[in-house]
Amino acid sequence: MDPETALLKISEVAVRDLAPLARRFLSRTRRIADDLAQRTLGPNFEERAAVVRAHYERIGGDPFGLDADFTKYTSMFLSVFHRLYFRTAVHNIDNIPEGRALLIANHSGQLPIDGMMIAMAMLMDADPPRVARAMVEKWVQTLPFVSTLFNRTGQVVGVPENCERLLEREELILAFPEGTRGISKPFTRRYQLEEFGFGFMRLAIQTRSPIVPVAVVGAEEQFINVGNLDWLAKALGVPVFPVVPQFLLPGGMMPLPTKYHLYFGEPMRFEGDPDDDDAVIEDKVWIVRQTIQSMVNRGLKERKSLFF
Amino acid sequence: MGQDAQNSELPLADDDRRGEERRQQKSRRTADLVPLGLLPEHVAEGAVVVTGICGRLGRRVARALHRDRGVIGLDRRPFHDKPKDIEHWQIDLRRKKARDVFRNRKVAALVHLGVMHDPRDSGEDHHTWNLLGFQKLLEYAKQYDVPKVVLLSSANVYGPRPDNPQFLTEDAPLLAASAFSDMRDLVELDMLAQSFFWKHPNTETVILRPAHILGTVRNAPSNYLRLSVVPTLMGFDPMMQAVHQDDVVSAIVSALAPGVRGIFNIAGPPPVALSQAITLLGRGHLPVPHSIAKMMLDRLWKMRLSSFPSPELDFIRFVCMVDDSRAREVLGYTHHHNIAEALRAVDEERWV
Repeated sequence: MDPETALLKISEVAVRDLAPLARRFLSRTRRIADDLAQRTLGPNFEERAAVVRAHYERIGGDPFGLDADFTKYTSMFLSVFHRLYFRTAVHNIDNIPEGRALLIANHSGQLPIDGMMIAMAMLMDADPPRVARAMVEKWVQTLPFVSTLFNRTGQVVGVPENCERLLEREELILAFPEGTRGISKPFTRRYQLEEFGFGFMRLAIQTRSPIVPVAVVGAEEQFINVGNLDWLAKALGVPVFPVVPQFLLPGGMMPLPTKYHLYFGEPMRFEGDPDDDDAVIEDKVWIVRQTIQSMVNRGLKERKSLFF
Repeated sequence: MGQDAQNSELPLADDDRRGEERRQQKSRRTADLVPLGLLPEHVAEGAVVVTGICGRLGRRVARALHRDRGVIGLDRRPFHDKPKDIEHWQIDLRRKKARDVFRNRKVAALVHLGVMHDPRDSGEDHHTWNLLGFQKLLEYAKQYDVPKVVLLSSANVYGPRPDNPQFLTEDAPLLAASAFSDMRDLVELDMLAQSFFWKHPNTETVILRPAHILGTVRNAPSNYLRLSVVPTLMGFDPMMQAVHQDDVVSAIVSALAPGVRGIFNIAGPPPVALSQAITLLGRGHLPVPHSIAKMMLDRLWKMRLSSFPSPELDFIRFVCMVDDSRAREVLGYTHHHNIAEALRAVDEERWV
């Protein structure tokens, strides 16, 4: 071979000068990534993931499609939001009892990021780590990729049969009884809880599961919603169509980096007949709703700043 | 001829059969004279009529039954490698002649496997075969006091839907036809058996709704998994239940036990995700976006290049799984084949 050709010269330069540079760059990015991982994931993340995997292996897998490894990688990604972006502050997470329980939370923020953050708190901060199984909208199942992502991370279609079956399996259910009414509230009605559905209460009584009230503070301000277009939602076949002006700004698809606070209340136990009249169930639901509302109010009072 | 008289189950031409029937009737009369206790037990308690016996599942059911019970096959197809002690009537279910089976033989049970589901020739033939044929069978069962009727329906009658609970119980509504109209025959058939169950409490009616049956059978799920590269829908990976054909056979056999009645879902081993199943099978899979898959399948279907109509895509898009705890409790059903065995069964030879 003739070393005088231009191509060979270029390759020589590449090997001698650029390769070490690239290697240095790579090792540096790796160091930064490791640092970041240490900060976001915490020191015992691998052990936590192993605990979750061992739990599902012991009970013979999950028929709802939860994949422990997939959940681990998803949570590695979401931990950036959990620890760095929203800097979630978790209060009284020890209130969650062992075995079956229903986490009932206020729903807000246009996109269900509050659900993700509660689930992340259960994985990263609770002891032992657990997977919160959220009850999601039916139409999510018709969305490609999203449906798979949700199924593999343990989210299930929000029908009572699924909830009952999971509680019988001693799982932790996360439900937002406000549903889409809550998440798509306009900004003027922030932190005012909408009407609750009754289904969760009937299930809690029927399966004798404790209810853990959860208050999420900080999610309302992530997207500013000025109103909902009902006719467009109907035309598009989606549950709601919120008008969020910040979507028009560059980078506006990202939520505002507000600080999240999660408050976990004392478990509440209800007794009675699950098939009782609506009026009887309503009273019990009202107690839960008022508990969450007062937890939200207290959280708002304690909050010093929106972002810190 | 002497041999024929002994083995009366040989497939016969029509003329021969008439003679054969006469002989049979004669032998039945003589049999009546024999004290009941001296008859072999399975003759005394009557035969099991199996429709659709020449299908791949039907033959397995026949083989599972014929050593303990008398088995009469009822199918318009010829039964080639038939065991000697099975009597086969090669007639169309819709013809009057089918009544003779019930009139001339003591029938202890009717197992209806002869359900036709071929979306390709969906039409009048399909409809009359499934509904009129089954209706007639039920009529005979009523008329001749058949104590047991077993229908092999399918878990697909519930239909794959985005709002399905992960596990459907027997009382879930049958909604398959709402998105896939060719399923309506199967739904109606199931309903027909249900109304028979209520109208005729003297007959023990059993409806079995198995999940996707895998094996040498020629049904859509087995054919789908036999493809060398399995197409899936991009971004969809629902959980799936599959049941080995032999487990279905054992469920049918246990449904024949006296005292058993009602509807039973049959699921096999614990469910797996579709992608996992394809990996277990060692096939490659090709993710295709739903809209493109639907369009292409519609084209291919029109050009007769595909055996899958496009509404069947919902089966690999949404979940349609059943809770079979009732069958496990009441029927005593258990699955003997794990998921890997069930999946591998689609590549097996016909007889193993």
